[in-house]
Amino acid sequence: MDPVTDERIVPVTMPKWGLSMQLGKVTAWIIDEGDEVGIGDDLADIETEKINGTLEAADAGTVRRIVARVGEDVPVSGTIALLAPAGVTEEDLDAAVQQARAVIDAGVPEGTGAPEVLTAEAGGRKISYVGDGRDGDVVLLVHGYGGDRNSWLFLQEPLAAKFRVYALDLPGHGTSAKDVGDGSTSVLADAVVAVLDALGVTRAHLVGHSMGGAVALVVAARDPARIASLTLIAPSGFGPEINAGFLRGFADAQTRRELKPLVGQLFADEDLVTRQLVDDLLAYKRLDGVDEALHALAGALLDGDAQRGDSAALVAAVGGAVPVTVIWGAADRIIPAAQAEAVGGAIRHLIDGAGHMPHMERPGEVQAAIEQTIARAC
Amino acid sequence: MARTITYREALNEALAQEMERDESVIVMGEDNAGGAGSPGEDDAWGGVLGVTKGLYHKFPGRVLDTPISESAFIGAAIGAATAGLRPVAELMFVDFMGVCFDQIYNQAAKFRYMFGGKAVTPVVIRTMYGAGLRAAAQHSQCLYSLFTHIPGLKVVMPATPYDAKGLMIQAIRDNDPVMFFEHKALYDLTGPVPEESYTLPFGEANVVREGGDVTIVTLGRMVHTSLEAAGRLGADGVQCEVIDLRTTSPLDEDTVLDSVEGTGRLVVVDESHPRCSVAADISALAVRKAFGALQAPVEMVTAPHTPVPFSSALEDLYIPDAQRIVNAVKAVTGWTR
Amino acid sequence: MTDTVERKALTREHLLDVYRTMRTIREFEERVHAEFATGEIPGFVHLYAGEEASAVGVCSNLDARDTIASTHRGHGHCIARGVDACEMMAEIYGRRTGSCHGKGGSMHIADLSKGMLGANGIVGGGPPLICGTALAAKIKGTGGVSVAFFGDGGSNQGTTLESMNLASVWNLPAVFVAENNGYAETTSSTWSVASDNIADRAAGFGMPGVIVDGFDFFAVHEAASEAIARAREGGGPTLIEMKFTRYFGHFEGDQQTYRAGEVEHARAELDCLKRFADRVTETGELARADLDAVDAQVTLLIDKAVDEAKAAPLPTEADLLTDVYVRY
Repeated sequence: MDPVTDERIVPVTMPKWGLSMQLGKVTAWIIDEGDEVGIGDDLADIETEKINGTLEAADAGTVRRIVARVGEDVPVSGTIALLAPAGVTEEDLDAAVQQARAVIDAGVPEGTGAPEVLTAEAGGRKISYVGDGRDGDVVLLVHGYGGDRNSWLFLQEPLAAKFRVYALDLPGHGTSAKDVGDGSTSVLADAVVAVLDALGVTRAHLVGHSMGGAVALVVAARDPARIASLTLIAPSGFGPEINAGFLRGFADAQTRRELKPLVGQLFADEDLVTRQLVDDLLAYKRLDGVDEALHALAGALLDGDAQRGDSAALVAAVGGAVPVTVIWGAADRIIPAAQAEAVGGAIRHLIDGAGHMPHMERPGEVQAAIEQTIARAC
Repeated sequence: MARTITYREALNEALAQEMERDESVIVMGEDNAGGAGSPGEDDAWGGVLGVTKGLYHKFPGRVLDTPISESAFIGAAIGAATAGLRPVAELMFVDFMGVCFDQIYNQAAKFRYMFGGKAVTPVVIRTMYGAGLRAAAQHSQCLYSLFTHIPGLKVVMPATPYDAKGLMIQAIRDNDPVMFFEHKALYDLTGPVPEESYTLPFGEANVVREGGDVTIVTLGRMVHTSLEAAGRLGADGVQCEVIDLRTTSPLDEDTVLDSVEGTGRLVVVDESHPRCSVAADISALAVRKAFGALQAPVEMVTAPHTPVPFSSALEDLYIPDAQRIVNAVKAVTGWTR
Repeated sequence: MTDTVERKALTREHLLDVYRTMRTIREFEERVHAEFATGEIPGFVHLYAGEEASAVGVCSNLDARDTIASTHRGHGHCIARGVDACEMMAEIYGRRTGSCHGKGGSMHIADLSKGMLGANGIVGGGPPLICGTALAAKIKGTGGVSVAFFGDGGSNQGTTLESMNLASVWNLPAVFVAENNGYAETTSSTWSVASDNIADRAAGFGMPGVIVDGFDFFAVHEAASEAIARAREGGGPTLIEMKFTRYFGHFEGDQQTYRAGEVEHARAELDCLKRFADRVTETGELARADLDAVDAQVTLLIDKAVDEAKAAPLPTEADLLTDVYVRY
């Protein structure tokens, strides 16, 4: 920033949701010039190519200028609003707005874009993964059934500011090989281990969502010394209750009409289900081999309509040296939040107003919980 | 997640991946390799606009050049399909359908029905259509409505590279005869396309833009022109829902009707002539099945009832453009009894 | 054309078999002719009586790997390929039990399981399809041969000419059989075919051309055997022209005022069944009693076919909409 401009001006910037995001638009301002905001308050509805979401305030302050117009493309990190205390002059604010507008009007700079997708190999299967961030603790994000490495899009950049963050596509998902063998978490765990091996990593923090949580447990139980901490988000396998209809329905669905209500069950607020989200899931399911993989995985996760459960035993096998956190949305309609009680020795975070996808519904809280877990590791 | 390639490359990739997966898939057509019997390069063209380039060397013996004998080689593709192959034959310009139409509409389309359910004819006939290249009257027509009319045929026209690859793979795997329409002005269009194989179902229209004020139903190249019009109208506060039919046979009636029930106003955009067209077909559908919801007469934006003219000045008037679509939308929104 | 053609030895079983097939075609067609006159048979029928030696002489050289395509005058080719006569009769009567469940009729009888790609309502519709089945056989390496039957009328159709060129250029295992029965509807072949013989065109398409007395089973069998062997061995296509006449009109109901007595002459002097019978009894390969026994069995079969067809159920409203697509 221009040294003439007052340093008390705090920019609100277009977030980076996902490693490939380059542009976003404000579709609605929730705050007005003159409003006081606290950390975590909703500021604006943002639309990106991949997803829509609500931008939460990272700083507290008074909203003095709204910079980005509704509906215009803003590059990631571009300033969309300015917070500043009352003492900052109008002239300094105008100058800051001018600078910010120049960045927006210039568009996406050359050379930006998604980082390279890397591949590892596990049991003859190609495993895709991406990574970013600063040197330091390695964090590996493991998505759940029907997800992919982009499930973490609200968390990846913020975590990458502090850690070296990787996300993989499990077999059957994303751009990894679609063959899942018998669909067991063991096969999926092999993929996670393969990525760690390919990275040459001797110790990593694992974050696992839903089925990915069970997978993270399998990995940790095999070699607890290699895992620095475990953050489990609505993990599978901790009790018999599960929304079996969702698992099977998701594998069976062939059209947008069939898929949309199912996807809605993942969230506490169904408005988060955008057309783009459903379209992307439909395009994924139409790749060769995906529906077969999903059926195999659902078959392995379920015993009739009940959830197969050996995750508690895995926690015990991991042992007390590995800090475990379990995060659950109170309004989870896929796996009931009560199962958090079954995660022995874990610190529990129950998030009100979140469903089965707290890492998308309340990313700020999830991020904080992950950072706390990492801090507990020795 | 997907890299950006052209419509042409997406088709080539679909063909290559299916030929890799299933050895019964063969490709034939005039100059589909190019250079047959000639002293110079084999695979000289890979099709007149390069769609089949490279397949000749990758799949020896499975890419066949043909003499200029559409009725014989289109018929041969059809006969071979009844005998266990999955041929993808090229009718270079759909304008040439006249010399081989019998094999398509009297033979392939009717085998299954006439033979009491005992025939399976999994043939794909790829063909180029559409105006805009100054190719004049006999190389620029659409004609998909003629094929849509025939029971026993399926008719497909992708508008984007993503749709082109998915619909081509579906067409090859489909066990019925498929007419696959490629707009010649779309071959260089780029878009994101997954590297893996995937299919798109027939009979599923794509809502490419959501909007609550007017429904625009369209297909092929006109999808892009319609989106251009919708962008202009959106800036003026009129929100258009743009529906890409993707396939006219089978037809996704539900998506069209759901939208018209919501907006009450329909504009159909179709590059072909108006009489007995897809535009007329969709208009009739809306009037028959969504009459109660309609707030205004249906508007059709089509080419005129003339052959395609040669001169740029005339061809540009012939092809529906964004302004004409904007005008049609304003007509339905501004209509009063 | 006399019986001087040297013929390959056919066993007693073969001789009885081909006689049975020809007799079945003859009785089938004669019976359809009689029944059609009662008004009970719907639509059009085009009868093959008189031409039996062509269908049987060619098809008796084929096996399960092979495919034929026929014309609107297809009953003979169907029977020669082993399509069930009772199912055919039911189809002609438009019954649900017919070869095509009543949805095709006389002109569209087909049985792909027997390598019979169908009678065809479009003149010249078959040859391109046969290029396709021949191509499939070549690519799959089955050794199969494909035979296109067409008439003197069909020999002028662009599809037929294009197909002969394509089969030559692609070196396909195909045989083109021009059944010149003298008339394309009412138009004589001497008028409509520019060359003296249809077979003269063969050289123009880079393949051998053969003219055969279509009333002489043994001549047909010999010529077909050679052409089929050539195709099977990778030697490419052949054009065979049968010269004979059809005993009935273009379709049933045709008053045939364009003809002048050649049918009576053919039935009396040239008839293929009579000549076959005379020859095999003369050489002693078969006894007259053997042939009479076959005749009696065939009569029973045709009676059965007609009785069953007349009693069979018609298709229902539900059948109207089925089998347009494999899956829509």
